[in-house]
Amino acid sequence: MAVKVKIPTQLRAATGGAGELEVSSGTVGEVLDALFDRHGELRDRLSDGDGGLRRFVNVYVDGEDIRFTDGLDTPVADGQEVQVLPAVAGG
Amino acid sequence: MGASNLKCRECGAEYELEARYVCDRCFGPLEVAYDHGDLAADPHQLRRRIQAGPQNIWRYADFLPLANQPGPSARASSRSGLPAGCTPLIRADRLAERLGLREVWVKNDAANPTHSFKDRVVSVASTRARELGYEVLACASTGNLANSVAAHGAALGMETYVFIPSDLEEQKILATGVYGTTLVKVKGNYDDVNRLCTELSGERDWAFVNVNMRPYYSEGSKTLAYEISEQLGWETPDRIVAPIASGSLYTKIAKGFSEWLELGLISGDVPTMNGAQAEGCNPVASAFAAGQDFCKPVRPKTIAKSLAIGNPADGPYALDLARRTGGSIDQVTDDEIRAGIRLLAETTGVFTETAGGTTTAVLRNLAERGDIDPGERVVLVITGEGLKTLDAVKGTFESFEISPSYDEFVDRVEGVRARG
Repeated sequence: MAVKVKIPTQLRAATGGAGELEVSSGTVGEVLDALFDRHGELRDRLSDGDGGLRRFVNVYVDGEDIRFTDGLDTPVADGQEVQVLPAVAGG
Repeated sequence: MGASNLKCRECGAEYELEARYVCDRCFGPLEVAYDHGDLAADPHQLRRRIQAGPQNIWRYADFLPLANQPGPSARASSRSGLPAGCTPLIRADRLAERLGLREVWVKNDAANPTHSFKDRVVSVASTRARELGYEVLACASTGNLANSVAAHGAALGMETYVFIPSDLEEQKILATGVYGTTLVKVKGNYDDVNRLCTELSGERDWAFVNVNMRPYYSEGSKTLAYEISEQLGWETPDRIVAPIASGSLYTKIAKGFSEWLELGLISGDVPTMNGAQAEGCNPVASAFAAGQDFCKPVRPKTIAKSLAIGNPADGPYALDLARRTGGSIDQVTDDEIRAGIRLLAETTGVFTETAGGTTTAVLRNLAERGDIDPGERVVLVITGEGLKTLDAVKGTFESFEISPSYDEFVDRVEGVRARG
């Protein structure tokens, strides 16, 4: 089993249209790096170029915002789901 | 229309005026940009044009992102949808006196069709959704928006999907379902609801008013600034005290004043902007106090459920605005919120919900702290109706129960009052 990553519609041009990708388990940072290795354009869109995420990007592990856990160091086990979403909705 | 395009607030990338809310390049929020052309050439003429408009927010259609004035004509725009706005601005001398201030006004936006300011934003979003060809309206809501989307859908004949946290106040749930909508109670808090709706908006061809229609939706809040200025005789107030949930209303009120100042329609300056949050959901107030320019999300736990957004989308912009205008973003406890509701009710006759109690409590704290010069003209923005959060005032007053007897009245009511 691997980790499923859900890609929002705004980023699917960078993944060849894929809405879900599978990568190996690790930390959130490692999961994202694996995505970036496969689809280089995602790095520009999501990363702030300084090792962090752009400020309007939200990342969840099984529905939990990673800012409530260990951020990019949050562990992601096999079978868990990582979701990337724009942060500007709602209100 | 005056709207020219959508523009990313972060990187400046421009997009067509379509149902789009996020910059493809940097994920920043998109905002409507305008080219008012020669509108600024003759402010007197422009004021007359506004004054001759309908008694609702469509009198400001020149400044909203719509292709056409809604309705069969400008004058008959009241026949389209569920027109919002033109709510009372009340001079609140008794409240001012209680707080040691000279001039306080209450903008009572509970006097909208579904009893909150949300009718302004939904009017704009639903009208724009129609223009773009959508048949379904949807939203993620803390309650007031749910009421408004369901009602506007009914008025416009559009199907609606309304997503709310399952623990919402009963009044807000009932006042949504009554309009005939697909009401979805999500087990979780507002931020969970919002996450689901953000995902759904990518998968369904619906107009989510506060997701893919958010740039249009949020523009509706500018009409509060337009109205306040017009009601004050084409002047800005010195200070605005308004609630903060996502920060959209708070920042767009300032945008409304800025736009009209630039057009020469009003005199004055952008007011000092004070924001109000509940201690139980204070991501923006905490960041303000800590001197940070970003918000760390929180898990909400407050009676001010309409402000219970733990992950505020416009938080960074709200922080910037408060600092830029010399204002602040303050937080109050649930007990202060209840007392705020009572204070406003007892001194103005306006019964507001918990969000208004929060805002009133913050005004009281600002006044007590000496932050407000007594000579200032202050506008308190009351965004919603007390009947929607009745539980908040339970136990905040006593009443008398007697037999229908004169003696009992004298003894047990007048007697107790005289002794008390």
